[in-house]
Amino acid sequence: MSDEADLSRRHFLTVATSIVGGIGVVLTAVPFVASFRPSARAQAMGGPVEVDISKLEDGAMMRVVWRGLPVWILRRTQDMLGRLAAEPDAQLKDPGSAQSDQPDYARNPARAMKPEILVVVGVCTHLGCAPIERFDVAPADLGPDWKGGFYCPCHGSRFDLAGRVMNGSPAPTNLAIPPYRFVGDNVVIVGDDTGVKA
Amino acid sequence: MSGARSEAAAQGRFARFIGWVDERFPLTAMIKEHATEYYAAKNFNAWYVFGVLALMVLVIQLVTGIFLTMNYKPSATEAFASVEYIMRDVQWGWLIRYMHSTGASAFFIVVYLHMFRALLYGSYKNPRELLWIIGMVIYLALMAEAFMGYLLPWGQMSYWGAQVIVSLFGAIPGIGGELVEWIRGDYFISDITLNRFFALHVAAVPLALILLVVMHILALHETGSLNPDGIEIKERKNEKGIPLDGIAFHPYYTAKDLVAIVIFLMLFAAVIFFAPEMGGYFLEHANFEPANSLKTPEHIAPVWYFTPFYAILRSVPSKGWGAFLMLMAIVLLFFLPWLDRCRVKSIRYRGSSYKAALAIFVVSFVALGYLGLQPATEKVYVYASRAFTIVYFLFFLLMPFYTRAEKTRPVPERVVYKAGS
Repeated sequence: MSDEADLSRRHFLTVATSIVGGIGVVLTAVPFVASFRPSARAQAMGGPVEVDISKLEDGAMMRVVWRGLPVWILRRTQDMLGRLAAEPDAQLKDPGSAQSDQPDYARNPARAMKPEILVVVGVCTHLGCAPIERFDVAPADLGPDWKGGFYCPCHGSRFDLAGRVMNGSPAPTNLAIPPYRFVGDNVVIVGDDTGVKA
Repeated sequence: MSGARSEAAAQGRFARFIGWVDERFPLTAMIKEHATEYYAAKNFNAWYVFGVLALMVLVIQLVTGIFLTMNYKPSATEAFASVEYIMRDVQWGWLIRYMHSTGASAFFIVVYLHMFRALLYGSYKNPRELLWIIGMVIYLALMAEAFMGYLLPWGQMSYWGAQVIVSLFGAIPGIGGELVEWIRGDYFISDITLNRFFALHVAAVPLALILLVVMHILALHETGSLNPDGIEIKERKNEKGIPLDGIAFHPYYTAKDLVAIVIFLMLFAAVIFFAPEMGGYFLEHANFEPANSLKTPEHIAPVWYFTPFYAILRSVPSKGWGAFLMLMAIVLLFFLPWLDRCRVKSIRYRGSSYKAALAIFVVSFVALGYLGLQPATEKVYVYASRAFTIVYFLFFLLMPFYTRAEKTRPVPERVVYKAGS
């Protein structure tokens, strides 16, 4: 036995211990980092909402709640789509939805995957009030140019039948479109768009 | 006679007790190293009180914060009401809460002045780069602490401010969306977010802050404090090894700092008692309404100490680039010791180019702070924000050039009390 230390052996042991210990620390960190992600309860409460629209009649609208937000589903008639198409772009702030919040598949004039079904978040982009549906044409209070759409009673923002904001409204952008997909013709899944192509 | 004798005996007992402690814990050695035999230049001016004041505010925040946690409830249904409960029903609760909310603003006032002192006298320069960087990390930790603390009252501005700032992380390409969910722990700012911000605000970040402050002071005491002349007093020592221009931190500077502390506390108390909301700058009016995820306040503005960076964020039409520029506005500060190429440290002997640049920088910082408070709807504010953002960045990016060929004045060998004397 000599008193001299075996330095290469000591070096090897130092490095090996550091590496194994380091891996241990990283692996131990995983559960702590992962605990920050939405919990099972949060996931369940914030999960996609399945909506049966088979009973939704032409021209009717229904409301569901998704992640604390009111979401409207409107089955637009051919007449409504015709009025929407007749809306001149010059009257809209963001006709192409360039500044607005929507998935790519809803970045079109109808702002929808299927033109007849509008899925939209019913929160005014101005100050978060709830706009009301006014599908009647040229009513007395909204004037002769009104072709139907949504009107916010708080500050007078006007939106067309695709949730696009009109000039002169305080709201800066179009109403937001949530992610969604269809299962068959009669079920909409709000909050999930896996597999949908833009 | 017997009185004097027993006093001497008592002193002897005390000395023996200290001796007993010193054999087990380096008490006397620490007091000497960091107070009675820590030598600082004798020519400190008023700019040198803000470090001590920052420490003082930290203590105020820790103590008042601990007492607030005793009555505050970190849940979305109870948080707002529990703050009102503290304000109305808890004995002296209003005072403790106002001390804490005013302390937050006071912290930033003191820290901004402390940082400006470093810019004036070159406190960040070789060999104090690490001291500066640790200080910058403290500043970052402080911003995180203030931001998370602001969510806790669960008012409208708490909620929507957090919404805006957290969503900034969504601008990071690729991982942004996932990261925002990770921070919130939910799909919107919710009870879960509030609960974790509470944990970070009262435990994690304060612990980190205390550790960083200790590191900051240790780094300072390693290099020694600089002075308004920007010269190293350690280069000239007497035969005992004490800097010729140095005086002991205790009792000389502790006595002077006490004056600063008294003046500070007078101002602090005046704000707490007469203007705790400071006209909406320290506590924003919208925050007296409970958080509502379905209703956005008319005008979302952060508290004043964040507004320079908020103005930079808003001046860029793209969210991603705005967030990037805002980050860079802080990151560039870390590199100050290397961006500044001038060998002369103190502004007293530096050239007019740096003096002008620093003055323009201060103007742009204050202007951005003002613009960040204004609504974004006015076009003129947007253009002004852009102009001052450019000036802000040019201060740093052009610094290697305008500091290299600076026309400096000769630096004295010993410290002086007045510039030019």
